Amino acid sequence: MRSVPVERVSPAPARTGVWVGVLAISMTFAAITSAMVARAGATPDWQPFRLPVILYVNTVLLMLSSGTLESARSRLAQPEPRAIGGTAAQWLLLTLGLGLLFIAGQLLAWRALARQGLFLSTAPSSAFFYLFTALHGLHLLGGVAALAYALRRVRMLGAAAGDTLGAAALYWHFMTCLWVCLLLLLTIRL
Amino acid sequence: MTHNVATPAAAHHHAPPRTFLRKYVFSVDHKVIGKQYLGLALVAVCTGMFLSWLMRLHLASPELPIPGLSKLSPNGAPGGVMTPEYYLSLMTMHGTIMVFFVLTTAPFAGFGNFVLPLQVGAEDMAFPRINMMSFWVTFVAFVVLIAAFFIPDGPPLSGWTAYAPLSAVGKDAGPGQGLGQTLWAVSIALFCIGQLLGALNFITTTLDLRTKGMSLSRLPYATWAWFITSVIGLIAFSVLLPACILLILDRVAGTSFFIPAGLVISDRLQAHSGGSPLLWQHLFWFFGHPEVYIAILPGFGIISQVLPAFARKPLLGPRVFIACLAAIALLSYTVWGHHMFLSGMNPFSATLFSVPTLIITIPATIVTLLWIGTLYGSKLRFTTAALFCLGFASVFVSGGISGFFLAQPSIDVYLHGTYFVVAHFHFVMGVAAMFGIFAGTYYWFPKMFGRMMNETLGKVHFALTFIGVYCIFMPMHYLGLHGDVRRYSAFTDEYMKGDIPLHRFITVAALFTGAVQLIFLVNLIYSRFKGSKATDNPWQSTTLEWATTSPPPFDNFGGHPPVVYRGPNEYGTPSAAGDYTPQTTP
Repeated sequence: MRSVPVERVSPAPARTGVWVGVLAISMTFAAITSAMVARAGATPDWQPFRLPVILYVNTVLLMLSSGTLESARSRLAQPEPRAIGGTAAQWLLLTLGLGLLFIAGQLLAWRALARQGLFLSTAPSSAFFYLFTALHGLHLLGGVAALAYALRRVRMLGAAAGDTLGAAALYWHFMTCLWVCLLLLLTIRL
Repeated sequence: MTHNVATPAAAHHHAPPRTFLRKYVFSVDHKVIGKQYLGLALVAVCTGMFLSWLMRLHLASPELPIPGLSKLSPNGAPGGVMTPEYYLSLMTMHGTIMVFFVLTTAPFAGFGNFVLPLQVGAEDMAFPRINMMSFWVTFVAFVVLIAAFFIPDGPPLSGWTAYAPLSAVGKDAGPGQGLGQTLWAVSIALFCIGQLLGALNFITTTLDLRTKGMSLSRLPYATWAWFITSVIGLIAFSVLLPACILLILDRVAGTSFFIPAGLVISDRLQAHSGGSPLLWQHLFWFFGHPEVYIAILPGFGIISQVLPAFARKPLLGPRVFIACLAAIALLSYTVWGHHMFLSGMNPFSATLFSVPTLIITIPATIVTLLWIGTLYGSKLRFTTAALFCLGFASVFVSGGISGFFLAQPSIDVYLHGTYFVVAHFHFVMGVAAMFGIFAGTYYWFPKMFGRMMNETLGKVHFALTFIGVYCIFMPMHYLGLHGDVRRYSAFTDEYMKGDIPLHRFITVAALFTGAVQLIFLVNLIYSRFKGSKATDNPWQSTTLEWATTSPPPFDNFGGHPPVVYRGPNEYGTPSAAGDYTPQTTP
């Protein structure tokens, strides 16, 4: 069927790619979640334990980092001075710092568990805890790399790096949401 | 949300490569990566077929020493005669290599990489570096798997499905279950990562890098199939990857995800507690059944692309075809339990998996009827590619019909452990997908290398292969109905002894069919260097890959992205080009 072709308007490929990645990562964590539910019900050897308190501090840090990232994005779009100062690059640096603090905090949570004698192979509940936190941490490190790349682009290109920062931000916010869901799940199940 | 006008040129930020390494090894060009995937699949299929020869020789004559085999595995084949355990190892490696590194790699990653960006009018994939990484991760996965042949214990013996706890407990479970099984799990985990990166590129490229005028309704059918396969793969490999991670942790970190408490293997109590072997089966088959469609849907797309080009008729019901692919994709996630009817499943649960299994045959049947309808009243050009399309339909139907039986739990309980299932999945998934690969090779070879393949050799290759595969797999239905158990390395039970002559016939047929593939190899190599020069559009096809040179330049369209004015289905409509109208014709 013949018709006059029109220019298509579509999102930037990086953004679409992140959405596709979000779907894949969601499936991975959904699979492990279903494995945990099945494993918990399979035999009576499931040993609940109390989650380290630092996990909640880490959660606040990660949620704050999503906020600072949005500040960076709004400053990139409208670079005029604001009541709270700082450039997009500075807010991005703060976001990166908070992200790394979160990772450090997660490592401290592992140490807290180890002090209680809970290791990867101690019990199925501790195995799932280490697995969830390790996989989320690895994915978040990918986000740190993406934000570092976006920071470089922002410094080089200014507002023209909006697409890159947008895609990196989408991934980062997903990581924050994913962690909140995981924490909820771990709180209920462990 | 940030928007920009999609420009197909967006992908190639880089200049054409100059060094050998950048051009042919670590290339970011989707065409080179596609060829690399196809080359990897070729090596893999030769390896997998060689393993099947060894297995068939052993089945025909279990005492027969196979020259050289003792050198490959002194423990597995002392004096050249393989042990039952080594037979299982070869079976495991055959299945793994064929399913992952041939049936997924060639029709999906290989042809998809080469053709998809061309068909949507893009200069490359959306993320060329990730695309290169996808291939090399897959390559490393293959190397890790093959390394299992060269370690003292040899390859694992738990089958391509790696059922726990056999796959999870370590070397107590038998030869190859130590490091060999760990290599298997690492290899498959890497493979998942490679294919996830590939699916990411396929989906994004199809959605965002289509050229001007290439609406979704004008997308060629092969691209539709690769796109839908990518979505299936994205979800399926995202589940297999964590399953492999859990398996690796059970093996090396002492966790108990899949290993039950109190398990005694080789007189040794395993130091694990409370794991669920069924959990592995659920996770594996949630991937495993969609994997069947990952292998076969690209074939559907290739046939639907190639058949109209030689029938010189539009594909019947193109929208129905795409709807059927989508229906298959959706239903593929509801049927995994039919692989587990023997697991002690509640009969009501079995019914829940049986019904969608029967329903999924409807869209698959409709697709086959669309091909037959397309052929009706056509003047088919009997090229080799067209013959393989007909062969695809034939073997797919032959294998599909046995699926109706196996979908019913009461019948499956009897047939599941027999050669009936071997016949079923080899026809419907293995041979059909291979015929799709052959059809694609004969069809796109001129575009890939700028030369035509030899048609006479091609037709001989088709005829002998077609006869050969029916001689191998058709008798297996009878063997299965007679109760011949699959995975046995020798048929020593009284009731099976009478079937040994038929097994010998199958072995001869397998050796013959394998040898016939040399014709294909010779044709491939000869045509690559000495074949007659191909024109840009030797088959008078409508889609965009034929609107550029053969082979295409580095940026695909020489800096002039094509503009699309119509769908890919305009055959039999007189135009200036002949009896078809290319998509680029205003």
